[in-house]
Amino acid sequence: MTDLGPFDVLVAGGGNAALCAAIEAAEKGRSVLVCEAAPKGFRGGNSRHVRNHRAAHDAPTDVLTGAYTVDEYMDDLMRVTGGKTNEALARMCISESAHIARWMADRGVRFQNALGGTLSLGRTNPFFLGGGKALLNALYHHAQKKGVKVLYDTEILSLDIEDGFFTAARVRSQGFERTVRARTLVAASGGFQANLAWLEDAWGPAARNFTVRGTQFAKGTLLRALLDQGAERVAEADQCHAIALDARAPKADAGIVSRIDSVPFSIMVNKKAERFYDEGEDFWPKRYAIWGRLIAAQEDQIAWSILDAKALPLFMPSLWPPIEAQTIEGLASATGLDPARLTRTVADYNAACQPGPFDTTAHDGCRTVGLSPDKTNWARPIDEPPFYAFPMVPGITFTYMGVTVDEGARVQMNDGRPTANIWAAGEIMAGNILGQGYLAGIGITIGSVFGRRAGIGAATHARN
Amino acid sequence: MLDLTTPLSTFDDARRASEICNACRYCESYCPVFPEMFSHRSFSDADLGHIANLCHNCKGCWHACQYAPPHEFGLNLPATLSRLRVESYAEHAWPKGAGRLFERNGAFVSLVTVVVFALVMIGSMLLVDSATMTGVHTGPGAFYAVIPHNTMVLLGGLSFGWAILAMVIGVIRYWRTSGTARPTLAAVRAALGDAATTRHLSGGGGGCNDLDETYSQGRRHAHSATMWGFLLCFASTSIGTLMHYALGWDAPYSWYSAPVVLGTVGGFGLMAGTAGLFAIKVRTDRAPEAQGLWGMDTGFLGLLFFTAATGLALLFWRHTSGMGWLLAVHLAVVLALFVTLPYGKFVHGLYRLAALVRYHTDRMANGKG
Repeated sequence: MTDLGPFDVLVAGGGNAALCAAIEAAEKGRSVLVCEAAPKGFRGGNSRHVRNHRAAHDAPTDVLTGAYTVDEYMDDLMRVTGGKTNEALARMCISESAHIARWMADRGVRFQNALGGTLSLGRTNPFFLGGGKALLNALYHHAQKKGVKVLYDTEILSLDIEDGFFTAARVRSQGFERTVRARTLVAASGGFQANLAWLEDAWGPAARNFTVRGTQFAKGTLLRALLDQGAERVAEADQCHAIALDARAPKADAGIVSRIDSVPFSIMVNKKAERFYDEGEDFWPKRYAIWGRLIAAQEDQIAWSILDAKALPLFMPSLWPPIEAQTIEGLASATGLDPARLTRTVADYNAACQPGPFDTTAHDGCRTVGLSPDKTNWARPIDEPPFYAFPMVPGITFTYMGVTVDEGARVQMNDGRPTANIWAAGEIMAGNILGQGYLAGIGITIGSVFGRRAGIGAATHARN
Repeated sequence: MLDLTTPLSTFDDARRASEICNACRYCESYCPVFPEMFSHRSFSDADLGHIANLCHNCKGCWHACQYAPPHEFGLNLPATLSRLRVESYAEHAWPKGAGRLFERNGAFVSLVTVVVFALVMIGSMLLVDSATMTGVHTGPGAFYAVIPHNTMVLLGGLSFGWAILAMVIGVIRYWRTSGTARPTLAAVRAALGDAATTRHLSGGGGGCNDLDETYSQGRRHAHSATMWGFLLCFASTSIGTLMHYALGWDAPYSWYSAPVVLGTVGGFGLMAGTAGLFAIKVRTDRAPEAQGLWGMDTGFLGLLFFTAATGLALLFWRHTSGMGWLLAVHLAVVLALFVTLPYGKFVHGLYRLAALVRYHTDRMANGKG
């Protein structure tokens, strides 16, 4: 097999971050090769499953209502990460987030109207019309119009790096190994969430019970190569964006339809039929991202959401119908939980519920008193048959451990110096911003901002 | 091409698709199919039939679908709803057995066209002497010198009258299954507005996926030319009929008369529109297209195109000796169109309009207008 290249810019990955970089470089006249590990039908990594991005703005726009200032956005980020973020990078990223929608729209990406959405995120998150796959279609079309070459079924296996200087990559392309030469590298190949062995290193055997929500192609091969070659690591291996999802979903790539939104209107019990966390701590969009870790900490990484007839219409319909029974004992035997224990847990919870005006649109203060843990909002007795249960498991969206970058998205080496010609964008460097926790839509924001910076940086370097 | 044959019934297939869509909702801003879907938690056969008739087959949802093949869910909403639409035409067709004509509709339309054409040709040869057929006729009543007025009225009136009756009964049957609320004037107005502007062929704004994953307004424009062309031709015929019976003026009419102006503009619109739709149909990505509907779609496009083409030919050469045969040919095509009208693609316009009235009626009744 002959070598490919030399290209001005080699982009590893085929999602939003990769394409933002490829487009910026191609628009500056550079020759760009995108190596996407997935076949065309699965192209785009987790961007295939996204729906929106989170954007700061001081006044209403055509795709956003109200205002969401950089300071408010930054406060939200500090809260979910518990301060585990690179504040300078985060502030830069958030300031830049204001320009993403315009940049994308100019390149053929379409958005929903600000008031069109069913979710209450119209103030903070512009929604892509049709979602992530439509976003990718537009970006791929634009990139190819600008001369970007795309190889599908092509994964980067290893890198030739000497003294922080990248010269070539070894790839497996449609079944055959070959070498790609390029003046610069943009690493935008995602996290390692679809690499079970690696997850097990971080999580132990619990990882075997994780479901991968998104792409099956995020194996972290390039991330491993970069770390092995001395790139500086960022974030802990067990930190990730993970949510609770339906245990009956496929083990990978089920995307949005496998999530269950019943938690705030139910009680969550583990395998011992015991409650383990406050289900009504806050609105679901602010809490959905903590339940993956909470369930991961339970025995066998499984939990059940238990609710009654009056709660069922309060959340989006699930793809897999709930397990149903006329009695709590019946529900216990249908789910394999201990009937006596589940009955006691529900009875204790029902007895602890305080009366109050139930209101799904506010922190209604309908709570329990005297339980450990208490449910602090939307707590109503579970007493109206039929009773329902959803089995729920941790679903991992993406891992945070990655490579350290500077404000220009340039990868840093262990000795504190920047690499000469390697940039990173997207999940592979999201840990710079997200040390822990998650803020809905920030993944695409990080990918877009750092993707563009990486593309500009690589394009500028390749010319010199 | 994707194999859409499935051991499931089309309803089962559509129900599974709707349940996946209802849990995803990324397509909510494309068209009324999705708000309608999302107003249900479960889907009866009638619900699904209604959803299918709301679909304008713009294919935006296919290209945006994270669950389309190669995903294991293998979702193909446009194809599933296309099949279901045709099943819904068949189910509500009148008389009852006539629904089967939708099954191999391309063959049915072709056969009717050939038979009608042959009968008209043979009839013209046997009943009209050849000197009259090839003579030059001008002035009022020129057409009727070749084919008597009463014959034309009898053939046209019977076939068109039957078509109207069959279609009205079919749409009323559909309307009754699609919901319970009575239609309001506001809902009818909203639906007519949607239809007049073909708003739902705009893919939620920037165009549909006519050919592939890129956006275009081509199908919308071609469809508008076809629809308005057809309506102008219809208006031309209606005014002509009024002029004949109310004013006693006999065709042919002058170049600047209302029937000729409307018919000419409409005829060119029809030809351009149907040719455009056909060109898109030939070039489009076939993956989101339901198999087995090609004949139905193209048969109807062909009849419309040749109705317009023969009508215009008759107009341009009406003062020549070719007029007799041009008239016979035009009559044959129009007759074939009328006979197949209630059992072919034409009904999609009526069912879709009814579905949009139902959609707006329900939304307004629920305060979501």
